[in-house]
Amino acid sequence: MTTTTATATTTASSRPKAAQLLGTYGSLVAIALVALVLLVWAPNSLSPFRLGNLGKYCSWAMAAVGIGLAWGRGGMLVMGQGVFFGLGGYTMAMHMKLEAAGPGGIPDFMTLYGDGTMPGWWAPFRSAPFTLFAIIALPAAVSFLLGYAILKRRVKGAYFAILTQALAVAFATLLIATIKQTGGFNGLNTFSTVFGHNLYDPGVKKGLYLVSAALLIVFLVIVWQFNRSRYGELLIATRDAEERVRFLGYDPANVKLVAFVAAAIMASIGGAIFAPIAGIISPSNVDAAASVMMIAGVALGGRSALLGPALGAIAVGFGQSTLSERFPTGWTYFQGGLFIVVIMFLPAGLASLWPKVKSLLPGRMSPQAALVDGENGA
Amino acid sequence: MTASLIGQDYIEIRGLTVDFDGFKAIDGVDLTLMQGRLHFLIGPNGAGKTTLVDALTGLVQGSGEARFRNKNLLGMRAHRIVQLGIGRTFQTATVFEQLTVLQNLDIAAGVHRKGSRLLFARRAVPERVAQTLETIGLQALANRPAGILAHGQKQWLEVGMLLVQDAQVMFLDETVAGMSADEREETGDLLERIVPDRTIVVIEHDMEFMRRYADFVTVMHAGKVLAEGTVAEIQADPQVHEVYLGTAAEVGADE
Amino acid sequence: MDALTTPFLTGTATGAILLMAALGLTLTFGQMGVINMANGEFLMAGAYAAYATQQLIGNAGLALVVAIPVSFLVAGLLGLLLEVSIIRWMYQRPLDTLLVTVGVALVLQQLAKDVFGAQGDPVVLPSWLNGNIPVFGYNWPFRQLFTIVLALAALGGLSAVLKYSTFGRRIRATVQYRDLAETLGIPTRSVDRITFFLGSGLAGVGGVAIALISGTNPTLGTTYIIPAFLVVVAGGVGQLKGTVIAAWVVGVVTAFLTDWTSGSMAQVLTFALVVVFLQVRPQGLFTVRTRSLA
Repeated sequence: MTTTTATATTTASSRPKAAQLLGTYGSLVAIALVALVLLVWAPNSLSPFRLGNLGKYCSWAMAAVGIGLAWGRGGMLVMGQGVFFGLGGYTMAMHMKLEAAGPGGIPDFMTLYGDGTMPGWWAPFRSAPFTLFAIIALPAAVSFLLGYAILKRRVKGAYFAILTQALAVAFATLLIATIKQTGGFNGLNTFSTVFGHNLYDPGVKKGLYLVSAALLIVFLVIVWQFNRSRYGELLIATRDAEERVRFLGYDPANVKLVAFVAAAIMASIGGAIFAPIAGIISPSNVDAAASVMMIAGVALGGRSALLGPALGAIAVGFGQSTLSERFPTGWTYFQGGLFIVVIMFLPAGLASLWPKVKSLLPGRMSPQAALVDGENGA
Repeated sequence: MTASLIGQDYIEIRGLTVDFDGFKAIDGVDLTLMQGRLHFLIGPNGAGKTTLVDALTGLVQGSGEARFRNKNLLGMRAHRIVQLGIGRTFQTATVFEQLTVLQNLDIAAGVHRKGSRLLFARRAVPERVAQTLETIGLQALANRPAGILAHGQKQWLEVGMLLVQDAQVMFLDETVAGMSADEREETGDLLERIVPDRTIVVIEHDMEFMRRYADFVTVMHAGKVLAEGTVAEIQADPQVHEVYLGTAAEVGADE
Repeated sequence: MDALTTPFLTGTATGAILLMAALGLTLTFGQMGVINMANGEFLMAGAYAAYATQQLIGNAGLALVVAIPVSFLVAGLLGLLLEVSIIRWMYQRPLDTLLVTVGVALVLQQLAKDVFGAQGDPVVLPSWLNGNIPVFGYNWPFRQLFTIVLALAALGGLSAVLKYSTFGRRIRATVQYRDLAETLGIPTRSVDRITFFLGSGLAGVGGVAIALISGTNPTLGTTYIIPAFLVVVAGGVGQLKGTVIAAWVVGVVTAFLTDWTSGSMAQVLTFALVVVFLQVRPQGLFTVRTRSLA
């Protein structure tokens, strides 16, 4: 068995290796292309309004990149990412409200709806460093506690999805009900500055967009490294055969927990950059429907592809603003239809069409084609 | 397999019972699994062989005692049992079909790896993985997805995963079923090579394979141990004959 | 006494609605592993069917009597249509059915908005449902009692069908040993379809009860779907007994929490309680051993 295949080894391993290299660095090249478009082309070509919109799509795309990790690679259908998006968004918005109120001042809506006193837990958010810390620590703590509680009990599949969505419903309900503390249904808006920079200054607006786009690129690189690392392999193994992983000495709950927490942090940072760009964060940005919107982009682009979730989220965000402007009711039909058609007929998203497109290109062979080609040895 | 090679490791099972809503799939089994010998577990369908392994590896809940290195395996969580050095294969070979053969083996090696190292990509093929690839003869397919492997190759990959894990105790659940005669022989020879410093338990229906490689045989029937001994002793046991005569036709399948 | 009876009775009525919403979910989840997120919209369809019946018939009492079977049929046929057109292609991908039915739910909501308007419509109570019954000093609205009766009737009908009819035996056989049922010649495919029809129809009947209590609304499904799923999660999949207990407990507990805190806080706390409950019983109250979860 060992000797007969010795010659085949050298020839067979060289080709997939080349394909592997192409796969690895091809992904980086693709990320670089996206970076080029987002960081160089867009700021120089789009109007400030469109650029602001693109900045919002990028913030959704950050949440989507996390969903791609948790759902596409980890098999956890996270239907409540709006919660983490909201944790980051509200944290940032609280800081901005306090900035607008000035030192010692309290946010305007508290005088409007309440008795003019500020709840004590708002106070720390005056501090910019604390705000930045909370944007990461809050979602990390919440997702860790919730993830630990339900993943350790081997709650998975649909149960997991339903629980995460229930979380989003509960979160939005809570926000709406606490108008004196969180602005209720209206959310938090009318900010003036972010970390001392005037939000109405065109330069600051452009800067916010650049931060949003740059963070998205950073997340893409992080996920790229996640995917190629041993952890990435383990995550896929856990997704496909959780029980088998257990019998290799891993606790699958821990493997999934890492992806769940990472996805939560990504969504939170997305929310934190969304609030200053959009100038508002409200329950409708973070509820179950908003969470489902984030999933839509991921499904469209390709849940387990590297760029699929991000590009899908940008496309869905773009579709929403353009379509909902022109056909207000049409957009909901379109979104519903998108789910049905994409999940039914293209479960791996548009990304699954890529290899087919590539193989049609003349003159070069895609890694997939190389793999299929090598199959005659098996 | 000389007596001097038999080491200190063993699993001592006392009064193991597995109860499925009143049905006793395992009923008070006493069994000692010694290091250094190929221990075959045979018995007709429904005898409780797989359930016994399930209980010892944390897949189903059992009562009683199963001591390994001063720990009671019963009640421990599955991944902890693995971390103690106890590995198993499954009747239907379960490999990660979307991952390559190499990745499958590499994941199995993770039990000896620090968690923080997980965040890095694999730079080279680890020594033990490379050795195992050679042992199980799948080098040519190292970079192919495991899903394309033939049935026998998947079984080999599972054995390979145990080797990479360096499991001190191995439970092999019908590993040679569906293998060609040559593959069986290679599997048997491999097991003979690695058994001196390990405890290996093989669940098997192939009597030919059992006769050739077994150092010790336990026959189970209806959740209990029916007979124990060497191949010759088992073959001479009238009780074993009685149990097998009625079910000879079904010997190819399992519970 | 009032502080206890009011939430208890109101909560029992809520539990009755949750039960009608959850029965269909637990049936289809238990039997086919399908998570139907559009089930809330079947409630909504049932409510609008009741509304439309009333518009056509005029007499509120007669309309209600007619509305119950009509709503059952409308929602049931919608469910059947969903199974035949979409779900049946996706039995191998349970998590994906969840997402596809989210899409269906969005479409149905928008459809209701376009047909009936974004604002809800009131449903007129027949005079015989308009009164109150005094219970320990609390004037219990008669329609809440009616809701409970309706739910018990739906439950009784369903369990009778499951227990005594040939079809019911087929359902139970399919749930427990699908492969075996197939080899025994049970047409599991049509069993699946009828289960879908029945489960969706029950949601439609639940919609009638909702229409009587709070009128129609294009988005009323979204209000009930998550609590209904929490009932399924807590009750154990494919288990009528567990579903009934869980629906009642969730309804009553939510009502008490609402009474003590606020409606929104109660939702949050109920969610937290379900998560805590899952720590103790990860697979719900009662479990079917033979079927593994998605």
